[in-house]
Amino acid sequence: MTVPVVDPDLVELAASVFADATDDNLWDTLEQTGLARLAVAEDAGGSGGSLLDLAAVLVEAGAAAAWAPLAETDLACRLAATAGLEVPAGPLTFALDAPLSVDRDTVSGTLARVPWGRSAAAVVALGGGSVVVLDPATATVVEGTNVAEEPRDTLTWSSAAATVAAAPDGAAAEFALRAALSRSLLLAGAARGALTRAVGYAGEREQFGRPIGRFQAIQQQLALAAAEVAAGGAAAESAARVVVRDGITAPTAELAVAAAKVRTGQAATEVARVAHQVHGAIGFTREHDLRLTTTRLWAWRDEDGTDGDWAQRIGDLTLAAGADGLWPLVTA
Amino acid sequence: MTQTLSRLPALTPPAAELPARAEALRAEVREFLSDERAAGAWTPRSDVWLSGWDEDFTRRLAARGWLGMTIPTEYGGHGASPLDRYVVTEELLAAGAPVAAHWVADRQIGPSLLRHGTEAQRRKYLPGIAAGEVYFGIGMSEPDSGSDLASVRSRATKVDGGWSLSGTKVWTSGGHHAHAFFALVRTSPPEEGKRHSGLSQLIVDLRADGVTIRPIPLLTGAHHFNEVVFDDAFVPDDMVLGEVGSGWGQVTGELAFERSGPERFLSTFPLLAALVGELSGADLGPAGRRELGSLVARLWALRRMSLAVAGSLASGQAPELAAAVVKDLGTRFENEIIDAARLLVSVPPDPGAEGGYARLLADAVLHAPGFTLRGGTNEVLRGIVARGLGLR
Ligand SMILES: Cc1cc2nc3c(=O)[nH]c(=O)nc-3n(C[C@H](O)[C@H](O)[C@H](O)COP(=O)(O)OP(=O)(O)OC[C@H]3O[C@@H](n4cnc5c(N)ncnc54)[C@H](O)[C@@H]3O)c2cc1C
Repeated sequence: MTVPVVDPDLVELAASVFADATDDNLWDTLEQTGLARLAVAEDAGGSGGSLLDLAAVLVEAGAAAAWAPLAETDLACRLAATAGLEVPAGPLTFALDAPLSVDRDTVSGTLARVPWGRSAAAVVALGGGSVVVLDPATATVVEGTNVAEEPRDTLTWSSAAATVAAAPDGAAAEFALRAALSRSLLLAGAARGALTRAVGYAGEREQFGRPIGRFQAIQQQLALAAAEVAAGGAAAESAARVVVRDGITAPTAELAVAAAKVRTGQAATEVARVAHQVHGAIGFTREHDLRLTTTRLWAWRDEDGTDGDWAQRIGDLTLAAGADGLWPLVTA
Repeated sequence: MTQTLSRLPALTPPAAELPARAEALRAEVREFLSDERAAGAWTPRSDVWLSGWDEDFTRRLAARGWLGMTIPTEYGGHGASPLDRYVVTEELLAAGAPVAAHWVADRQIGPSLLRHGTEAQRRKYLPGIAAGEVYFGIGMSEPDSGSDLASVRSRATKVDGGWSLSGTKVWTSGGHHAHAFFALVRTSPPEEGKRHSGLSQLIVDLRADGVTIRPIPLLTGAHHFNEVVFDDAFVPDDMVLGEVGSGWGQVTGELAFERSGPERFLSTFPLLAALVGELSGADLGPAGRRELGSLVARLWALRRMSLAVAGSLASGQAPELAAAVVKDLGTRFENEIIDAARLLVSVPPDPGAEGGYARLLADAVLHAPGFTLRGGTNEVLRGIVARGLGLR
């Protein structure tokens, strides 16, 4: 059976954009190349790519530790579209379980730890049965970060103007899954990025008169990390394929995405550990780039649902399936 | 401080999907297995592909057309795709069904004969394999040659019409029941600097004169391992597999089939299913649900990886690195199931129980050391991965 494939040129393009752009001009470059809204429909101002295209690009973004709200913008566009709302141009962000009070078209309340909140053109929030498009410029912003120093800001609005629409049924569950899937793909990429650095370093750094990568102890550690990268990558890629095949609301998609988030989270821990161990003290410094991927591994494994949260969800699905239902659950 | 990043090799083949036809087959296999269980034909066990020797069951599978599936019909097989076979094998293992009798023959001997065997060798063995009547062992390891397989010392000397074989093979699983195995032996001294040269695979009839089989009891006392001693055993010329001197390449090809299949992560699946059964009525707190869920996440990911490798094998590739990764992760996962089973349920393992949780746990605990050894140890597999990463 033929499986849908992603154009290798797209992956090459994304990799080169992430490698060449600076933090300051990355977003503009993403917009110029059509990557910024890759999987958003063309009539909604996007490039009309598939979810699998986006998945491949998110892996590259994670590997390069790209400084841009690529996943957030995609999710914000989708969330607004499900409620028939328009969004402005530029980088966007989103919030789920938003504790906002909506009074016709004014909104009040506080959203904590909004990714990239300070620099987004709009926040698309889902909560209390509504989808709301808010302007961060009308909010009080308290800047914060995750452990990778990515913006995670607290935004407070009081009676701010907003566009509001009813959220479709099931939107909260759907978008929790979509966010977890995107995060898994970023994690898979960051894990690969950290491993790539560690393997490269092991080939260059010499001690006892030879590259440390010649020592079997280092080889075995890197092989363990490679296995984790492989498992996390396969889980995230497969989850994206299940979502494309069965739709995000299918029970198979719930298990697949939860498994991908858990597996990439497990991989994050092991890969970051090995990558740092192999790098020695230099990797523990600010001037070394290893931290760009490892701090993201530590940050992202706990965002959009920790691996513990999603593992518990799978635990519940497993118990509901029972002894005889476990195998059918895993193979569905 | 930016270093230039070279690219890593692909660690897994692209994701594979099973064809709809294979899913229809899955439903048939499930129905068959549930009928068998309802009839009490066997009890689900851990590590069945080593220890569940049941020739009647093997013949019932053959009657359904589920052995030698990928062997062409002209040799008595079914001409099906390797992915169809994948579905059948994963269903059998998940059910804990007794598959040991045909395991080696169906998994690697059929494909090897098709690749390297003569027409006469294929006609001699393939129909019996597909019928569930002919069983094979694996004749690789020796007392002094384990991970360093190329150091085997069994040697075959040319005699009139064939070869005279002496030496000793060990750990031959099921060798006391099997009809034959492929022995990896030295047929000429290695060429200077080429230690893999001069090795050949001979098809040895395990009931022939000059072949002595003795049990090597496992730590449980069970008889699965054997020592096979050749004492000037005669192997006719027409029982050389492939080319004389090409044994090493052939064996490595055989190992590719051995390394990434569902048996590399499902050996203790029946225990996991029983664990879920034990926990279903219980009041499992969040920590326990997380433990269980994280195991199932690992299983889901492993199966997707293994399927991707199967898809790649089916399209004629030999993804050695990816297969090594699946086996390293999968065999450790088989052990993690035991850890979780002990953590979450307070039932001591009982090797004397007829079945049920305590027995599945006991078998898993007592068989666990083998998971990360057989078919190439995990350290050796990681060496393959390290080579793939360009480190050696
Ligand atoms: C259940 C079971 C069934 C088996 N069935 C068969 C069978 O049917 N036919 C058959 O031919 N064989 C069979 N084997 C044998 C199996 O292939 C060997 O056990 C395996 O190849 C390892 O060899 P060894 O046991 O001699 O260990 P050794 O090679 O002596 O290894 C001992 C330890 O040293 C480590 N080690 C060795 N070399 C290196 C290295 N270069 N770098 C790092 N670490 C190293 C190993 O990883 C291991 O931890 C079976 C084994 C088991 C456990």
